Amino acid sequence: MANEPVHSDPAATTPHAAAHEHHHPTWQTYVKIGAILTAITVAEVWAYYIPSLVASRVFVPMLLIMSAVKFVTVVMFYMHLKYDHKLFRVLFTGPMLIAAITLISLLFLFGQLKAKFGN
Amino acid sequence: MSAPAAHHYTSTGLDSRKIAIWAFIGSECMLFVSLISTYLIYKGKSLVGPFPHDPYTSATGQTFPPILDIPVTSGSTFVLLMSSLAMVLALAAVQNKDVPKHTRGERIIGSSKLWLWMTALLGATFLCFQAYEFTAFVNEGLTIRTNLFGSSFFTLTGFHGAHVTAGVIWLVSLLAIDYRRGLGPNDALNVDLAALYWHFVDVVWIVIFTLVYLIK
Amino acid sequence: MPVGTSTAPKAYENSGVWSWLTTVDHKRIGILYLYTSLFFFIWGGMEAVILRAQLQGPNGQLVSAEMYNQLFTMHGTTMVFLAIMPLSASFFNFLIPLQIGARDVAFPRLNAFSYWVYLFGGIFITVPILFQLAPNGGWFGYTPLTTKAYSPGINIDFWVIGLQILGISSLAAAFNFITTIINLRAPGMTLMRMPMFTWMSFVVQFLVILAFPVITIALVFLLFDRFFGTNFYTVAQGADPLLWQHLFWIFGHPEVYILILPAFGLVSEVLPTFSKKPLFGYPVMVYSGILIGVLGFGVWAHHMFAVGMGPIADSFFALSTLLIGIPTGVKIFNWIATMAQGSIRFTSAMLFAIGLVAMFTIGGISGVMHASPPADLQQTDTYFVVAHFHYVLFGGSIMGIFAGIYHYYPKMFGRMMSEPLGKVHFWLNFIAMNLTFFPMHFSGMLGMPRRIYTYDGGQGWDTFNLISSLGAYMLVISTSIFVYNFFRSKKKGEIAGANPWEAGTLEWSIPSPVPEYNFAVLPNVTSRYPLWEGNEKDLASANMNAQEGKTSEELGIVLPYSTIKPFIVAAALVLMFCGLITTMAVTFLFAAIMVVALYAWLLSPLEPEHH
Repeated sequence: MANEPVHSDPAATTPHAAAHEHHHPTWQTYVKIGAILTAITVAEVWAYYIPSLVASRVFVPMLLIMSAVKFVTVVMFYMHLKYDHKLFRVLFTGPMLIAAITLISLLFLFGQLKAKFGN
Repeated sequence: MSAPAAHHYTSTGLDSRKIAIWAFIGSECMLFVSLISTYLIYKGKSLVGPFPHDPYTSATGQTFPPILDIPVTSGSTFVLLMSSLAMVLALAAVQNKDVPKHTRGERIIGSSKLWLWMTALLGATFLCFQAYEFTAFVNEGLTIRTNLFGSSFFTLTGFHGAHVTAGVIWLVSLLAIDYRRGLGPNDALNVDLAALYWHFVDVVWIVIFTLVYLIK
Repeated sequence: MPVGTSTAPKAYENSGVWSWLTTVDHKRIGILYLYTSLFFFIWGGMEAVILRAQLQGPNGQLVSAEMYNQLFTMHGTTMVFLAIMPLSASFFNFLIPLQIGARDVAFPRLNAFSYWVYLFGGIFITVPILFQLAPNGGWFGYTPLTTKAYSPGINIDFWVIGLQILGISSLAAAFNFITTIINLRAPGMTLMRMPMFTWMSFVVQFLVILAFPVITIALVFLLFDRFFGTNFYTVAQGADPLLWQHLFWIFGHPEVYILILPAFGLVSEVLPTFSKKPLFGYPVMVYSGILIGVLGFGVWAHHMFAVGMGPIADSFFALSTLLIGIPTGVKIFNWIATMAQGSIRFTSAMLFAIGLVAMFTIGGISGVMHASPPADLQQTDTYFVVAHFHYVLFGGSIMGIFAGIYHYYPKMFGRMMSEPLGKVHFWLNFIAMNLTFFPMHFSGMLGMPRRIYTYDGGQGWDTFNLISSLGAYMLVISTSIFVYNFFRSKKKGEIAGANPWEAGTLEWSIPSPVPEYNFAVLPNVTSRYPLWEGNEKDLASANMNAQEGKTSEELGIVLPYSTIKPFIVAAALVLMFCGLITTMAVTFLFAAIMVVALYAWLLSPLEPEHH
């Protein structure tokens, strides 16, 4: 469906030079990020095998935070969300928020929040 | 999603397919949250075992140890994480193929074929781990019908595994194109779409690994 | 404008069945949706008429209890999934590209795929009633009733599989429209200059992509329970009977906003046009639409006030439900303000639009009454609720859609519908609708439960039921008039011209019916109502776009290839699902065909090469 716009606007008609043109990670950067992800995973599994830690009240929050860090790292850097057009961040964050709230609400409604965190 | 499209006017200057895939990923968040929520809702509510983290003695006196195998699954988690690294290197290789040599060296290492192969192989390895795990569980007395844990566990991880499988097929298709005519910067978007999907599937596993395996 | 048999300019050079099977043109797809959904609207209506005939008097003998269950299940399922949603989809398809100044949607082949999946899925879920095997667990399919233990027959299998199929259609379309609206707006059309219908549709697509996955999983659980013996809804294994309800309503509540927002959007096009005034409070209308969408995810358990969730949950959902009444009410006020001091023309479209404003308000009031858990404990599962949702769905969605059809018929077909017949349709419809549903407030308050196939006389319900049934028969007459008008006007309606209503938005700047390429040149936009408020450049491009009789070749416009591939992939997908109720061999066979056809589709170009 080729068409010439009545009023040409070069910035709009050329395919958007993807934002990462302005951000050029080296391959070493990616490997470093991979190493960080591995390290966090190792730490998580290590923690799992420390019974006193597992029994304590910090265990679950700690694991959740570590996983969240991995999650955000993959999304921001591997999926490039940090450097891409803001639109993609909106498209992802909105649904993520609704999903997170739905998850927490369901856990509450089925009495699992007290079970996991409560006294 | 075929040969690179001639560019048309867009309001954002972005490729429509990239917008669509992020919307798709948003939608998949709700899909997996429904599965994960159900798993967590039913956690600890199974009437009979085997159980994920606790031993179980049946009415007939049969004993079952906790069924989840953390070391093995940690291994498969690592494999999937590394596949994301391979994927990002594959995309870099495609995007920077025509970049002048002196800059290219810092941006890519290896070739798109190498890294697409690595991603697909690591993904397939993950699937093998899953197949091993599922078979072992069935042999140890946990099927999808055994109890609430079995139903929710196999459905959740099965859906995830199906997503990984689709991803592997997608990667192999890209490899086929790479062999047939080569993948270059013009194909960067197609590879990017696959990469975004792949990373998302990895990210879902990060959540599953923590919530299902590590938290008791 | 000459009345009579003179021919309107033809929109398409090629006609014939094959051109329709292979079309990827959003306008044709919109028209396909329109015909199919009107058929299902009538089909669902006939199901309702039988229900009303059975309930006309006490102890009716027309249908058995089992048949009654199938009828009310299919009436609800048909109206929600096969009538109202696709009627809205008809407008999404036809109108959105035209309103934003685009040549087509972002993914034309995916668009065609969505339609064919809807058609085949609709057939799949409808045919069983002809064999008295229709789904019979209500349109909401509560477990454990719908589990194999309590519904061993094949009826619920049709429901579960049918809804999965239809969900795929809606999801695919939603990704398409989100991308289209974000990415294919004409130069100068910022988000805050988009027509309201497009805005409301934009919100709706997000609701679809977030809500449908939840019901997909709920249905997967039910499917797995029924086919593979899993335990998601098996109470004996410790399952929670509320799991289904929560998952269903997390989908179900956004679903009702999916059903109403497009109609709101259509009203927001019609009212300004026939008041000769721009929509009052455009930004507020946008924000309230967004707020309704977002809040819509936080109210679902108001459908469950009677299950015993506890005071915290009840209070929270009561509050959120009351809260969502505010942006909705704001819209009503903005519409009234739009009409105030306007120069009103009472066309059929306008009558239906005003009808929505009035009828939806009534439905909204009963809705707010349900928001209070103590009050709802009396109202829930009675006909009071049936009254509420028919006021918002029939008085709301359907009236809004009728407004849209009268308004956009000229743009679609190049001819006007008969105004006198339209007015007869409106008044008959208006009176009939109120006769049918208003009495239900009373029978409901007097305790008449939902979903009963007979009732004993002398409980104070008899007269109300009689009036409702008479109203329903009257609806048959009024709808018939509409159908007659619709088909007659295609050949005999007055020739329409580009802008018969003197409206202000982009779709009215191009010929009627619309040429295949939509716009000869990309329109230039500097205002919300380009044809009313546009500057010289806007009007210049509008003039260029109003030219009739040009072909795409003459204009150097490249159009996508017509292709049968979406049709084949859709057919293979549905047949694959059919394998679940026949043999797995069928599933594997059609899965293979589907994959092959899908590869063929993905590897072939959308359109010819061009520079």
